[in-house]
Amino acid sequence: MSTPYAKLPGWADYGLIPVINLFVAFVVAGFVVMLVGENPLRAAAILVEGAFGRGQGIAFTLYYATTFIFSGLSVAVAVHCGLFNIGGEGQGYIAGLGIGVVCLAFDSVLPWWLTFPLAIIAAAAMGALWALIPAYLQAKRGSHIVITTIMFNFIAASVMVYMLVDVLKPAGSMAPQTRNFLEGGQLPKLNWIIELFGAKIRSAPLNVTFLLALVMAFLVWLLIWRTKLGYEMRTYGHSPKAARYAGISETRIIIIAMLISGALAGMMALNPVMGDQHNVALDFVSGAGFVGIAVALMGRSHPVGIVLAAILFGMLYQGGAELAFEMPAISRDMIVIIQGLVILFAGALEHMFRPHIQALFASISPRTVGIEAVKGKGA
Amino acid sequence: MDLFNAIAQTLDSTIRLSVPLLLACLAGLYSERAGIFDIGLEGKMLVGAFAGAAAASVFHSAYLGLGMAILISVAFALIHGFASITHRGNQIVSGVAINFIAAGSTIILGQAWFQQGGRTPALAPAERFEAIIWPGADAVRGVPILGPIYSELISGHSVLVYLAFLMVPFTWWVLFRTRFGLRLRAVGENPAAVDTAGISVAWLRYRALICTGVLTGVAGAYLSMVQNGGFVKDMTAGKGYIALAALIFAKWKPVNAMFACLLFGFLDALAIRLQGTPLPLIGRVPVQFMQALPYVLTVILLAGFIGKAIPPRAGGVPYVKER
Repeated sequence: MSTPYAKLPGWADYGLIPVINLFVAFVVAGFVVMLVGENPLRAAAILVEGAFGRGQGIAFTLYYATTFIFSGLSVAVAVHCGLFNIGGEGQGYIAGLGIGVVCLAFDSVLPWWLTFPLAIIAAAAMGALWALIPAYLQAKRGSHIVITTIMFNFIAASVMVYMLVDVLKPAGSMAPQTRNFLEGGQLPKLNWIIELFGAKIRSAPLNVTFLLALVMAFLVWLLIWRTKLGYEMRTYGHSPKAARYAGISETRIIIIAMLISGALAGMMALNPVMGDQHNVALDFVSGAGFVGIAVALMGRSHPVGIVLAAILFGMLYQGGAELAFEMPAISRDMIVIIQGLVILFAGALEHMFRPHIQALFASISPRTVGIEAVKGKGA
Repeated sequence: MDLFNAIAQTLDSTIRLSVPLLLACLAGLYSERAGIFDIGLEGKMLVGAFAGAAAASVFHSAYLGLGMAILISVAFALIHGFASITHRGNQIVSGVAINFIAAGSTIILGQAWFQQGGRTPALAPAERFEAIIWPGADAVRGVPILGPIYSELISGHSVLVYLAFLMVPFTWWVLFRTRFGLRLRAVGENPAAVDTAGISVAWLRYRALICTGVLTGVAGAYLSMVQNGGFVKDMTAGKGYIALAALIFAKWKPVNAMFACLLFGFLDALAIRLQGTPLPLIGRVPVQFMQALPYVLTVILLAGFIGKAIPPRAGGVPYVKER
């Protein structure tokens, strides 16, 4: 982002560097595990076993991954346009309101396959709406999008507490959440796919939203690399000056990118709300919007990378839950540390290892690296 | 008289609630004036709060606790510096990373060391900063108007409260009356000019971040050792972000920062005070509305509807010596 570096071969750029960053993040996390007095290697083994050892674990891993694919795509779309949307948390939270209204209104009259599209539209619309104001303010009034989206996260939290406690809570109930959705507001599970391979699943929340997430990942790829709009977004992200010179409207491109980003963040709410809990509860997003930042950085803002990184984080979430049973000293908050370390090494310190790797490549075969700093990387 | 007492009490809790905001806000002022965005105020406050309470309860000394809070908080500030100054990484990404590492590690280490669900043991009076009762505060309590003002508002706070308010003129003096301050402001506006003058941009920015770390450490220590007798997980609860909002609201000026923090602290105190009580004319105001107000105000300000907030010009841009 800041300094042009020489070009690396694609596999090193998209494969080697993320793996090195991830490795370092895990080594540091291992030190924290040691500080707590446990064996990091045993912890890692339990984590992987918990995430992939049984069908049950795999289904949970993919369930968590579904949410992270949406939040990762949301961050990535904005990043391609040079914007940092830190507001996925709030956009997803507020989208729960849209889904809630649709489900509460239609769950008794429509089957799930009619409620679902309506809920998708509602979720995307609410998420986009919550991103619209920060986008407009950035485009028209020059206020920093990071700050405004953070502020909107807090405003969303207040709005949702008010709506759930004072408006949507059924009379006579104490818990700040909506009533449970009927059949029309519940999405079918996908666990049978894993059971096809012979695994047994007692109950896991993996549901059709996972397929929607994969479709959206494909659509994002199509948008970013195969459409005029995506080209304009990447141009603006690379160089706002060049984009202006090329006649791309700054206001239009910022607002469109943020609307798409917000809509994707909004869809993230479908997974827990309709797929698992079947109600809108307080704090149902629980940090998934922020995980998207780590996922997008890890996946280098490419949909394939994002799906893989989302599965990795799904694994950490599911395996982390198992780990907490086996090693009481380690709670699920270990994941928050790993998430932070991944953001640090894959994001903020992305330039730390790169020069060394380039030097290494240059010493092995100078031709792979190109001669002098080639600005940008194209795709 | 009842009304007057209520007002005095609300103002008193305003002061208590604004102190952590004020310290964090001044902390942010140093780094942002030097051209380093700092979203990680929240995380640094949190590790400060944890380190302070943990050290105080282990070593039975409030001052050792404060020292440890500052030390750890500065260490986190230096990580931010290492990423964003030395390696020219994205400052916002780095700040976000610090917030997550802080949130996770305080809970994990707290649980592992003290086994109280992420809390630290409750601090004994000697391990906390006690309130300082000013001479004659009890004697004049009965005096109408002036009595409560002296005994409630001015007297009866801990040393960190007075320190926080003294930091306001001190920060103003450092920024606008010393050579270091002039250079610090210059490096936030035009680092190339500072570099041309033969001053190291990196070292100057590191020093600014150390100031930030010290102040967020004190802010964290205030939370866990004065406001609350021990660390509770996630006890900063967004205060770092409110401080950031206050910093923008104050247009990156120390005295304005104090008023912005007092305003946001007052809104908080009012929200607690008015919980459930109906107001004349307006009726019952939802608590959530009061809680969201600082954020809404900041957005409106950022939009340029109440004056224009212009950040330091080189903010967020890593400095590269030659292009």
